Amino acid sequence: MGNSQLLKELGKIVANDALLHNKEDVKPYECDGLSAYRELPMVVVLPDTIEQVQAILQLCHRLDVPVVARGAGTGLSGGAVPHKEGVLLSLAKFKQIIHIDQNRRIAVVQPGVRNLAISEAVKPYGLYYAPDPSSQIACTIGGNVAENSGGVHCLKYGLTVHNIQRIKLITIEGELLTIGGDGLDSAGFDLLALITGSEGMLGVIVEVTVKLLPIPERAQVILAAYDDIEKAGEAVGNIISAGIIPAGLEMMDKLAIQAAEDFVHAGYPTDAEAILLCEVDGTNAEVSEHILKVREIFKASGATEVRTAKDEAERLIFWKGRKAAFPAVGRIAPDYYCMDGTIPRKQLPYVLKTISVLSAEYDLAVANVFHAGDGNLHPLILYDANNPGELERTEEFGGKILQLCVDVGGTITGEHGVGIEKINQMCVQFNSEELTQFHAVKFAFDTKGLLNPGKAVPTLHRCAEFGAMHVHKGKLPFPELERF
Amino acid sequence: MTSQDITQELQARVASALQNNTPLCIQGGGSKSFYGRLPTGDILDTSKHSGIINYEPSELVITARAGTPLSVIETALVEHHQILPFDPPHFSDTATIGGTIACNLSGPRRAYTGAARDFVLGCKIINGKGEVISFGGEVMKNVAGYDVSRLMTGALGTLGVLLEVSLKVIPKTASEITLTVEHELARSLNKIHRLANIDLPISASCYDGIHSYLRLSGSEGAVRYAQQVIGGNELSSADSFWQKIKEHQHGFFNSDKPLWRLSVASDTQPIDITGKWFYEWGGALRWLISDAPVNVVQGAAQSAGGHATLYRGTDAMRNDCFQPLSPALYTLHKKLKHAFDPQGIFNPGRMYADF
Ligand SMILES: Cc1cc2nc3c(=O)[nH]c(=O)nc-3n(C[C@H](O)[C@H](O)[C@H](O)COP(=O)(O)OP(=O)(O)OC[C@H]3O[C@@H](n4cnc5c(N)ncnc54)[C@H](O)[C@@H]3O)c2cc1C
Repeated sequence: MGNSQLLKELGKIVANDALLHNKEDVKPYECDGLSAYRELPMVVVLPDTIEQVQAILQLCHRLDVPVVARGAGTGLSGGAVPHKEGVLLSLAKFKQIIHIDQNRRIAVVQPGVRNLAISEAVKPYGLYYAPDPSSQIACTIGGNVAENSGGVHCLKYGLTVHNIQRIKLITIEGELLTIGGDGLDSAGFDLLALITGSEGMLGVIVEVTVKLLPIPERAQVILAAYDDIEKAGEAVGNIISAGIIPAGLEMMDKLAIQAAEDFVHAGYPTDAEAILLCEVDGTNAEVSEHILKVREIFKASGATEVRTAKDEAERLIFWKGRKAAFPAVGRIAPDYYCMDGTIPRKQLPYVLKTISVLSAEYDLAVANVFHAGDGNLHPLILYDANNPGELERTEEFGGKILQLCVDVGGTITGEHGVGIEKINQMCVQFNSEELTQFHAVKFAFDTKGLLNPGKAVPTLHRCAEFGAMHVHKGKLPFPELERF
Repeated sequence: MTSQDITQELQARVASALQNNTPLCIQGGGSKSFYGRLPTGDILDTSKHSGIINYEPSELVITARAGTPLSVIETALVEHHQILPFDPPHFSDTATIGGTIACNLSGPRRAYTGAARDFVLGCKIINGKGEVISFGGEVMKNVAGYDVSRLMTGALGTLGVLLEVSLKVIPKTASEITLTVEHELARSLNKIHRLANIDLPISASCYDGIHSYLRLSGSEGAVRYAQQVIGGNELSSADSFWQKIKEHQHGFFNSDKPLWRLSVASDTQPIDITGKWFYEWGGALRWLISDAPVNVVQGAAQSAGGHATLYRGTDAMRNDCFQPLSPALYTLHKKLKHAFDPQGIFNPGRMYADF
């Protein structure tokens, strides 16, 4: 099959200006938020109706052409990186908020709607959409569903999978499926959960019904500084043990604090080894009660300073530093590499120590930003891609961190997905029977393997090659370090 | 409580079933054998595969073998002031955690905190090739691989034998009260919807035809504040009230006629089918006791954006207990069944006729 036949047939489905194939036109699509992986697609197509998406997928299925769906391209695991012999299917034109229903507290939106745009649109009704990835200004709800994205408020309000009620999905064969319904559950298997987080491997999402929540009467954030990162880690456990589920509970280490402070002047204590940001929300009375408790726990766990934001403006400033942590780190190093493991919280001190030992070994600095409440780590490895071999060293270091997460009972990815980036580490987390089971699931939806090929689930062959070069699962690095 | 790991025995049973091509009927405590289409096949008893494997209150996670009695899990949690957030019904003392997850059954709290599926973090299963495989884990956030753990939840054992499940638990709130007020139906539903648009700590709601009931769970201050906003009278013995609803021991459920569960859009107008109605989940769950034909009940549920399940009825009626799926979804279900259980030995026909 030639490129020209595909273009000709696509041209019958969408208008000319919705079809890009010149090198300079497709270049902006060559990577997602993880710019280390790049590829130019054969063609980019930007449909704007469900019927067009159906026709495009039918065509690709007939001609055996790979398809990669793309939202805003903010993904951090290379999930939306194009296939060089394939179609890049952009959902960017699906920008409508179709319907808001206050009684049912839902919004029906197209997949290209930005995460934050939903909360903005429903604000007049006193409602909001809870999952709030730091990229929420830019990332799309379609991408959020495909990655099962989280945010700083997931500890209390859950991930994308907990906050959606129905999706419309188009299979590679062009069939439109409605999954979920107007009720709280639906008949048959929980396909909604299966699709959520499936990284564009099972179908293309063309509509999402999200659940909305009433905006809490009050939200308040408390900042606590520590001279020792372990104490900060213990404080996190103490809050949870006290029966409080904060709306958000975030941690930053010294390098991240300093970078954020230089960037947005949030008033963070730059001499601290770690800070915790704890947001409590709810009714006025409840928030007042919880603030008192949280302050006590922070002090009892050895905080050197505990500050409660004095008003909404200061609350937003406290958060601004955290939400800008990635770009802030981006200013202090030519490049950074963001990891995304999740661990049982009690392993935090051991994992942090091990990361710092590895950091010295690889001679690469690490800034740590965590969704501490749910054990989701984002170590940011600082490097310079212009130095020969440094990216490779960074990747190897990153791989070790992920292996470490698996070894302590955690996972290689909490919210950013596997994409291409963590495909080798999937071989660490899953054995060949489990991977084969994943392939069987994929086969049930996409027999020809055309949707996002080469992502998310490695072939057994690939794992065999990877395994040959690496230490085996279960061998803890640095056994001499104290563990909890 | 006895704690024992009989994985090998179960795996051997599956292997021989595969060899002889004989279907298995996976059974925990048998407390949900009334649910779904009629069970068939040789009983594979998972109740001896039991025991809590890991419970770390500060991690908000519990992992237990599938045969662990639900009551054992709940007792362990209560000691640490924690609960299963989805309020699962037992329906019998023999209920196990495996059966609970396989059926995805949730109680009154469901509309406000989530269903069983929302709290499943990981599972270990025997698939239809006789392999023991694990998915998810014991951490709150995990997007490595497809979400098989949630797919297992509610699959009625048709995709594999659950061996272990890991669940997220939550702290029990400091204070809990139930308010009640006399209402006619339309006003009751309106009020519940209006209140749901404000951030109040509502944890259960129901309407029995005369009274609305709202349960509040939160900090002392939050509950007291919500009480002022909502008004009404405080119900004494509220725990046993909700317990009876959850376990279907409330007077409403006392009938020999078929019992239907309709899961619909919460603001659906009263559905015009003759029978007795009971409302939960802010209107999103409606119990119906009626002799109306299957297609009438399921048709009405479908028009309301939802689905109807025959909960209790005659064996003959159980054939059609679940809402039919669209042809495209039905085909996909069959393909997924094949992906997990290619020989079709697990609970065949328990969910739908063809798999
Ligand atoms: C600065 C920064 C901060 C971030 N913070 C967070 C955070 O706090 N939490 C978090 O979870 N993530 C975070 N991310 C990651 C990223 O924003 C999320 O993964 C987001 O959900 C991706 O959305 P997107 O629209 O950009 O998707 P894309 O990057 O375009 O695509 C992501 C994946 O989804 C697939 N996909 C996209 N749309 C569809 C569709 N309609 N149908 C089927 N498949 C589709 C793609 O094929 C790809 O595999 C952050 C990223 C950046 C750059």
